[in-house]
Amino acid sequence: MSNIAKAFENGKAFIPFITCGDPDLETTKKCIIEMVKNGADLVELGIPFSDPTAEGPVIQGANIRALSGGVTTDSIFEFVRDLRESVKIPLVFMTYANVVFSYGAEKFMSNCKELGIDGIILPDIPYEEKEEFQSVCDSYGVDLVSMIAPTSENRIAMIAKEAKGFIYVVSSLGVTGTRTNINTDLESIVKAIRANTDVPCAIGFGISKPEQAAAMSKIADGAIVGSAIIKILEKYGKEAAPYIGEYTKSMKDAMK
Amino acid sequence: MTNQNGRFGIHGGQYIPETLMNAVIELEEAYNHYKNDPDFNRELSELFNEYAGRPSRLYYAEKMTKDLGGAKIYLKREDLNHTGAHKVNNVLGQALLAKKMGKTRLIAETGAGQHGVATATAAALFGMECVVFMGEEDTKRQALNVYRMRLLGAEVIPVKSGTATLKDAVSEAMREWTSRIADTHYCLGSVMGPHPFPTIVRDFQAVISKEIKEQIMVKEGRLPDAVIACVGGGSNAIGSFYNFIEDKDVQLIGCEAAGRGIDTFETAATVNTGSIGIFHGMKSYFCQDKYGQIAPVYSISAGLDYPGVGPEHAYLYDIGRAQYVPVTDDEAVDAFEYLAKTEGIIPAIESAHAVAYAKKLAPTMSKDKIIVITISGRGDKDCAAIARYRGEDINE
Repeated sequence: MSNIAKAFENGKAFIPFITCGDPDLETTKKCIIEMVKNGADLVELGIPFSDPTAEGPVIQGANIRALSGGVTTDSIFEFVRDLRESVKIPLVFMTYANVVFSYGAEKFMSNCKELGIDGIILPDIPYEEKEEFQSVCDSYGVDLVSMIAPTSENRIAMIAKEAKGFIYVVSSLGVTGTRTNINTDLESIVKAIRANTDVPCAIGFGISKPEQAAAMSKIADGAIVGSAIIKILEKYGKEAAPYIGEYTKSMKDAMK
Repeated sequence: MTNQNGRFGIHGGQYIPETLMNAVIELEEAYNHYKNDPDFNRELSELFNEYAGRPSRLYYAEKMTKDLGGAKIYLKREDLNHTGAHKVNNVLGQALLAKKMGKTRLIAETGAGQHGVATATAAALFGMECVVFMGEEDTKRQALNVYRMRLLGAEVIPVKSGTATLKDAVSEAMREWTSRIADTHYCLGSVMGPHPFPTIVRDFQAVISKEIKEQIMVKEGRLPDAVIACVGGGSNAIGSFYNFIEDKDVQLIGCEAAGRGIDTFETAATVNTGSIGIFHGMKSYFCQDKYGQIAPVYSISAGLDYPGVGPEHAYLYDIGRAQYVPVTDDEAVDAFEYLAKTEGIIPAIESAHAVAYAKKLAPTMSKDKIIVITISGRGDKDCAAIARYRGEDINE
């Protein structure tokens, strides 16, 4: 069984996202330690990409700040090596296909295995293109996380049957970013997924408030939060860690 | 040339978010249905001929031929189409397809503004809503086209993210499409993006080479020795090449924007300076650093200022069927002025890249050889920018 499953053993999973190197790696580390201390079950580590087409303005901003700060795929691997000495919960990377492809998928996944990265989310790799990365991920024991969207409909069964680690259920149309209301019929989507797999489902896109996290945890096995955390970083910069800790606690508590 | 998953050799594919997958599948199914539908084709031909003014002329550039003293030069006059560029071919095809699919809203990206103008035009004609994403930098370089789009009833959204040029306009249009799919068709302007776009756009642009072939047979009784076109994403080039791909004696030459030179960072010559990557839905060549971060590119031409190239071009390059040559800003501006003075034709600065390479190539070929240059668009939109390039400040 994948290590990611452990994230779902402690009740509903709270999964925060952070862009590595926004504004610097030292801050990223402090924030992750606060997340873990306050109940995060799995952390999504963003490797910045110059042109993140699935992101809204908030996470686009984090990508720009991180890249201007000079982080690279290599410096992020070194960062994870250091991070792994204190952080034991499952970690997954979230980045774009070109970052992995240009590094060399084989070398990338071999580093992931060595450093204890448990999975990877590539929003521009749909089911039809996954084979190119799936076989390499499999040989290094890294779960390639599948995404299911409100528009997936007839594709849900096909995707769910081959899913590994967890399934990232996209709550709404559009790009990442906080939303006041989520109108998708997520219950039917999760039901369709559960008819095809036991792999846990976590809902992401648009979740920012504790009451939304609570609602999502009634439907699925976990909630993913990105933009709301990046907004805290945007506001407090290098001083963000305690605020992110506080926020993590409020979200995890709401999901209990 | 393309297999089922939209691959051209190793290039192409569908590297897009899951949210868009059913939309591209629906598009592919609709396209496969309508491309062989006699009514659809009749309607499209009528639009091409009666509305866009096709077939475009194949003009013998006699003065240019004599001046260069080598191969005989013909100009394929896509600049004479309605809206002033080849872009209208693709847009009429996609807008008609979108209408058949029941879509009521077109969105598009644009660089120089020609594709945006063409999309706004088709939207006006078909009574559809239209939103065009354009890099903020380009809205300044091409202010006249912004006005034209608004005049035609489109909303123009200046894109401020990234380098605020064509690639960012594509990213923003993709983001918009992800958020609104049901009533919206993304009218992509070049032979790029996820399958089926590179195939659909190529098929609608292939009318260019189909006509060149017929016209040159009438005028010369034989095929040309070389076909030259400029390449950004590569839609006018693939349109000019497509029906000659199997005619191995016809040299196919794409002219990339080298900007200030391929030995500088201020270039957009993707095949000449880039490497294989995955971006904007496709695998192809891209200007990027070793970590796969897309490079900021530069060219005087807003229409060629793109860090990637269509997957079919990447494939034609890999198999050695087409060659891709770099042309600098300076060479393109010289050619812009040269064609104006020699033939009384002001080409788009994009097309001037093809003219520039022809100026170098023609004198090396004997007088019994034939070159066809595609003049993809007209240059009125560029006059103010070229004047500025030459140190003259004029009001548009």
